[in-house]
Amino acid sequence: MHIEVKRLNKTFGAGTPAVDDVSFGIARGRLIGLLGPSGGGKSTLLRMLAGLEYPDSGEIRINGQRVNELAPQQRGIGFVFQHYALFRHMNVYDNIAFGLTIKKEKKTVIAARVRELLALTGLSGLEKRYPNQLSGGQRQRVAFARALAPRPELLLLDEPFAAIDAKVRKELRTWLKQLISQLGITSIFVTHDQDEAVEVADEMLILQRGRLEQQGAPQTVYERPQTPFVASFIGHSRTLEAPQRLRGFDGAVTAGGSAIVRPEFVEAGLEGELSHPSASEPGTVRHLFFRGTHLEVEVELDGNRLLANRPLDRPPLQVGDCVQVLVHRLYVVEGETVRLLDNPLKHDPFPVHI
Amino acid sequence: MKGSKSRRVLPGFGLSMGVVIFYLGLVVLLPIAGVFIKTAGMSLSDFWAAVSNPRVLASYRISFLTAFVAAAVNLIFGPLIAWVLVRYRFPGKKVIDSLVDLPFALPTAVAGIALTSIYAPSGWIGQWLAPLGIKVAYTPLGIMIALIFIGLPFIVRTVQPVIQELERETEEAAVMLGAYRLRTLRRVVVPELVPAMLTGFAMAFARGIGEYGSVVFISGNMPMRTEIAPLLIRTKLEQYDYAGATAIAMVMLIISFAMLLAINYLQWRASRRVVME
Repeated sequence: MHIEVKRLNKTFGAGTPAVDDVSFGIARGRLIGLLGPSGGGKSTLLRMLAGLEYPDSGEIRINGQRVNELAPQQRGIGFVFQHYALFRHMNVYDNIAFGLTIKKEKKTVIAARVRELLALTGLSGLEKRYPNQLSGGQRQRVAFARALAPRPELLLLDEPFAAIDAKVRKELRTWLKQLISQLGITSIFVTHDQDEAVEVADEMLILQRGRLEQQGAPQTVYERPQTPFVASFIGHSRTLEAPQRLRGFDGAVTAGGSAIVRPEFVEAGLEGELSHPSASEPGTVRHLFFRGTHLEVEVELDGNRLLANRPLDRPPLQVGDCVQVLVHRLYVVEGETVRLLDNPLKHDPFPVHI
Repeated sequence: MKGSKSRRVLPGFGLSMGVVIFYLGLVVLLPIAGVFIKTAGMSLSDFWAAVSNPRVLASYRISFLTAFVAAAVNLIFGPLIAWVLVRYRFPGKKVIDSLVDLPFALPTAVAGIALTSIYAPSGWIGQWLAPLGIKVAYTPLGIMIALIFIGLPFIVRTVQPVIQELERETEEAAVMLGAYRLRTLRRVVVPELVPAMLTGFAMAFARGIGEYGSVVFISGNMPMRTEIAPLLIRTKLEQYDYAGATAIAMVMLIISFAMLLAINYLQWRASRRVVME
């Protein structure tokens, strides 16, 4: 393991813990997305790895060596801040060269390294500019280049795209993923945007209220959430009020228990469109949301409101229409864990109706 | 400059600019014009004789030199005080914060008398300095101490808001790039403060040149040694030599104006880079 964190704790003042007994390991060269709602302790965790905050207890190891007592200057970590934190009185060249001049590298070595990074980040020709003469995307690239210049072993990025507008953000994140896999540097980035984490990360760490909920590849986390929080946080999930009233699930979910369902688990269509009519039940269309690639239909059933995905090539629906609704599967919440449950009626070849 | 041609949502350029010009004219320009008009009544040779008298030249030297040194000393300690007031929390912070403004509020004569009695050879501090051969009261050193006292709030109050707005992230970025405290301060923090420090310096310096009340008590007013230019002007007035007084004043005005202009230019150059967009 390149980075190991063991039972890390941090509380500010007398409040609730910002980071609560967090342990994980990261292999060399991985790109990690640290995902969670705002105020979940993501930034605090990142800052403790960097050495900008001191943990109350627990251990941080880099390459098997304990770094708790090591000053941030000595950890060999590159850090990209949310608001770039560029040195405003220095031009692009001096910003990127800063870490190298601190190391007292030779002028020629510095010049070569800065040129290399300017080319890598597509900033060649802008070295004489000052930060206030650059666009947001360019500034963020300067911040990357500056953090990468001293060849850190670990790159930490605190909400690196939060301050950039949507279109540039998408370009930048594709660019960043390529750049990092090209350099092979272990990286951790903080985000509250799950699309960003899913798209960019090799592996996700999901943090909520200071606790690590789940670690895993985006697809694994998506398909096999381990906790009710992850199941409800990932995807366009909805928590159902009365899951036991759904057709097919009446025996599987106890009354008062809760369940989480995603739009892609639900099919809503006119009579004859559905694959398992015997497992479906009637509902009323309440809202229609156009999502570009598909339609999201909000349907009201007996006691539940569900979202269902619907391909655009099917006949159009109107608000108020009566439709058949089929819930293929859902996540049943069982205490601190969740279980994926397929609709039992789908597998019963001869359903008996009494 | 032209406000009337393009349509604006926020109105009032013409009116407010008019008021500004009228106000500045009345409050600032008119008295200064008086100085020039009064001086214009002198013949050129009289003027030259009045302003190039060795005693007058010595007083210019004392005034500008002590004001410069005092502002320079405050340039080191003023930002430090501002830094401590912004960055740290400690009991009595509000009291210290108010203490900084006292030199603004205290009648300057009171300050002068207090400083003199402390630094006189028999005073609280003076009695310990006297055996070491250090004389403060009645020397240029005493004038500097009075001007340091007077000029301190100018620099603290101009630098303080800038420190308040410094992003902590910028310093942390320097730390993550391997810079320790001193280097972070020198290469990242101080360059951001330079424009404000220059402004504060200019204000403290200008105030020091014109300061009269606090200085006359501690300086001893010995011609050629500790006589400041404002005092000399007053002396001339008491002798009904109005033209001579305004001639000295005019030379001081011109020198001060040139210096402020130069400092403002430096300040403009330094702030060009760090202007927030």
